[in-house]
Amino acid sequence: MRKWFWGFLFIAFGFVCSIAAERNPRTERISGSAGDVLEDDPVGRLKVYVYELPSKYNKKILQKDPRCLSHMFAAEIYMHRFLLSSPVRTLNPEEADWFYTPIYATCDLTPTGLPLPFKSPRMVRSAIQLISSSWPYWNRTEGADHFFVVPHDFGACFHYQEEKAIERGILPILQRATLVQTFGQRNHVCLNEGSITIPPYAPPLKMQARQIPLDTPRSIFVYFRGLFYDVNNDPEGGYYARGARAAVWENFKNNPLFDISTEHPTTYYEDMQRAIFCLCPLGWAPWSPRLVEAVVFGCIPVIIADDIVLPFADAIPWEEIGVFVAEEDVPKLDTILTSIPPEVILRKQRLLANPSMKRAMLFPQPALPGDAFHQILNGLARKLPHQKSIYLKPGEKILNWTAGPVGDLKPW
Amino acid sequence: MKLSALQQSYLGRRSNSFRSSGPLDSSSDGAFKSPAAVFWLVLHGLSCLISLLLGFRFSRLVFLLLSTSSTYTSPFHSPTELAKTLDIRSVIPADPVGNVPLPFPNKTATNSRVVVGRHGIRIRPWPHPNPVEVMKAHRIIERVQTEQRLQFGVKDPRKIIVVTPTYVRTFQSLHLTGVMHSLMLVPYDLVWIVVEAGGVSNETASLIAKSGLRIIHVGFSQRMPNSWDERHKLETKMRLRGLRIVREKILDGIVIFADDSNMHSMELFDEIQNAKWFGAVSVGILANSANIDETVVEKRGEEENPRMPVQGPACNVSNMLAGWHTFNTLPFAGKSAVYIDDRATVLPRKLEWSGFVLNSRLLWKDGDKPEWMKDIDTLDGDIESPLDLVKDPSVVEPLGSCGRRVLLWWLRVEARADSKFPPRWIIDPPLEVTVPSKRTPWPDTPPELPSHKKPVIGIQEPIIKHTTKTRTSRSKRRSKRKHDETRTDRRTTGFDKTLQN
Repeated sequence: MRKWFWGFLFIAFGFVCSIAAERNPRTERISGSAGDVLEDDPVGRLKVYVYELPSKYNKKILQKDPRCLSHMFAAEIYMHRFLLSSPVRTLNPEEADWFYTPIYATCDLTPTGLPLPFKSPRMVRSAIQLISSSWPYWNRTEGADHFFVVPHDFGACFHYQEEKAIERGILPILQRATLVQTFGQRNHVCLNEGSITIPPYAPPLKMQARQIPLDTPRSIFVYFRGLFYDVNNDPEGGYYARGARAAVWENFKNNPLFDISTEHPTTYYEDMQRAIFCLCPLGWAPWSPRLVEAVVFGCIPVIIADDIVLPFADAIPWEEIGVFVAEEDVPKLDTILTSIPPEVILRKQRLLANPSMKRAMLFPQPALPGDAFHQILNGLARKLPHQKSIYLKPGEKILNWTAGPVGDLKPW
Repeated sequence: MKLSALQQSYLGRRSNSFRSSGPLDSSSDGAFKSPAAVFWLVLHGLSCLISLLLGFRFSRLVFLLLSTSSTYTSPFHSPTELAKTLDIRSVIPADPVGNVPLPFPNKTATNSRVVVGRHGIRIRPWPHPNPVEVMKAHRIIERVQTEQRLQFGVKDPRKIIVVTPTYVRTFQSLHLTGVMHSLMLVPYDLVWIVVEAGGVSNETASLIAKSGLRIIHVGFSQRMPNSWDERHKLETKMRLRGLRIVREKILDGIVIFADDSNMHSMELFDEIQNAKWFGAVSVGILANSANIDETVVEKRGEEENPRMPVQGPACNVSNMLAGWHTFNTLPFAGKSAVYIDDRATVLPRKLEWSGFVLNSRLLWKDGDKPEWMKDIDTLDGDIESPLDLVKDPSVVEPLGSCGRRVLLWWLRVEARADSKFPPRWIIDPPLEVTVPSKRTPWPDTPPELPSHKKPVIGIQEPIIKHTTKTRTSRSKRRSKRKHDETRTDRRTTGFDKTLQN
């Protein structure tokens, strides 16, 4: 009798242990090609010196239009504020690894809130002229150890229209600097080798306030809210989003599995939390805050943008988290999504549920460990130490200061 | 057109490798007129003139006719339109006329396969959902929801033991089907104990067999009496019988009393998993309010719906059980239903059994259970409310955020005691009285005319008095040769006449 009792106890103990072990993996660790780096702490691994520019480059612009703090390009402003009070900031430029120039280049807004990029190249030029004349660090490397935050539609090409942006190319004087930008597309003029792609700004407090209980069953299969045809600029379609959004509408407007429309519902965030897949197609530019919203709300992002480079692509394994659909495969979107095995879907949801994933997409104020600010610093730290070749010999010049359209050379 | 677009893009890439600096909007000046350019210009002007006359884009029609591609139902636009400049945020609108076609504006210096510019909108030939895929999607949704429930729902869900007293009557099918379907939707393990007054019957058995649930169907020898008081007492005895079955079979789980005329919400079953030993939920009472004055309906508690009385636990500020909301029977004194078929209000008891849930271990003979639970073998009928099962009513746990959420509704609606209904609600053999429809879809087949059809057509008669009568008599005479029917349908008479002509 006693032997049986002890045997039973042993088996029960093993059983309980196995159950406990099975219960735990609700989220999975995220490791990208750079390794398990989402939780790395950049403090101590790099030092950043923040140039003191006159307030006409940053504060005065913000005062003129405080809408810049809440639109999707607000990352440049928050990055400046974060760096001013961060432990990686150093007041001694001699020991700095990276130099940051705080220019709010996307803060020139139209009455409807869209940023006009026409003055930005001149603004950046004049700022760089200022720093190259007041400090010796720019001329030392011609900007190779400087970084700039350019969250524009097409990054440092400074235009919202893709053809014009491609024509202009990246501003010539920024060619050697590291660009921290939201735009990313492979083999594109406006993405330099070595740029860091970041997520666009999405308001973290608003998203947190609209969370619904986690046991609310996800009953929407595919969810999307946004334009399919940009009637103001491209009424026939085919230009906007390379026809991909219009194709989504024409193919799936009658499909009950696809909850897609152009409405602006007040329950947008809540609906995303009740959906399994959220479409993130390209618009005029391939990136959009939808990706951030989908990740935060646990909805698997379906990315329809050929050759796009997603934020922190070396730290986050986007292939395992999202579903990538080529633009030419949009008519078969329903076949593609329904043929994903349920285990794969559950795994993607577990990866999305990882809190470090959600944190890495947000720009909270004040900054939290593991958030997008820290991921940017991690990315910068991974590029260290600088190669010796970036330091120019005295008198050597690589950049052509007079290259680019004539309009850019005017002083600002 | 597809071909020409491809050619354009190829040309575009070739020319752009020389970094030709001409931007798009300078195309109208400085381009020397090659014969092809002149030709396109003339063609474009011509199509614009025709469009002005016709009022729509003529070129689209032409290309629709020319386009043979099956995938691209939205045709590619002409090269002239492809070269159109779109100035997004400027004041000047895009000029639709008069741009000399230029090479495709793709200036990627590197080999990108992503082409900037106008693309076709890809629409598949049958843009409608495929039913097989829809089923697959629903299975995916189910799987995701199961996983959600496992992760965020109730941890270690216990089996639910449902005790339902019932008996065969007209409304049994109505009520029991509702309860059955609610139980079929419950995502947890379930055992349904159905106690039937008057013994086990085939009616009930066939009804509940459709559910696919695990059922214990027992009979109770007494028949259901006709007065509500007696009925409630018998139901209590039947419930105790159900509890005894739980004890005999040593079922483990949470016991809930689901009367067959109640309505249960799905959240109820999630909420009762939180009960430790003895829980109580709020029950909304849907007493028939047709006979109540407005002054009688009083508010019970701040959060409750002022119109619907609610029975259940009442909590104090610190969310501890402080008392009970019960049904106030005073307004109904003398006006309530006594017998089943009374048309007056049917009142619930002070505290309905359905508002209470208990852990089945309380019913077991041995095993550790709290001492405040009375042994059900010692009780016998004459229990007014489930609180009589416990020695100390304060141990009851209030569920549903302390009684604020109403999770089920109580209602008693019954037909007259002598009302007839077909056994098992199957009409067999078919009914004898058949009434034909007014118009058959087949004008040549003669319908059968019973005698009462005339009053229906009597409405028509005053209007077409003369002709109908004469025609009737004529057709009667003539059609008597053919068939023995008297038809007053004018259509048919005409038809008959043509047949005979």
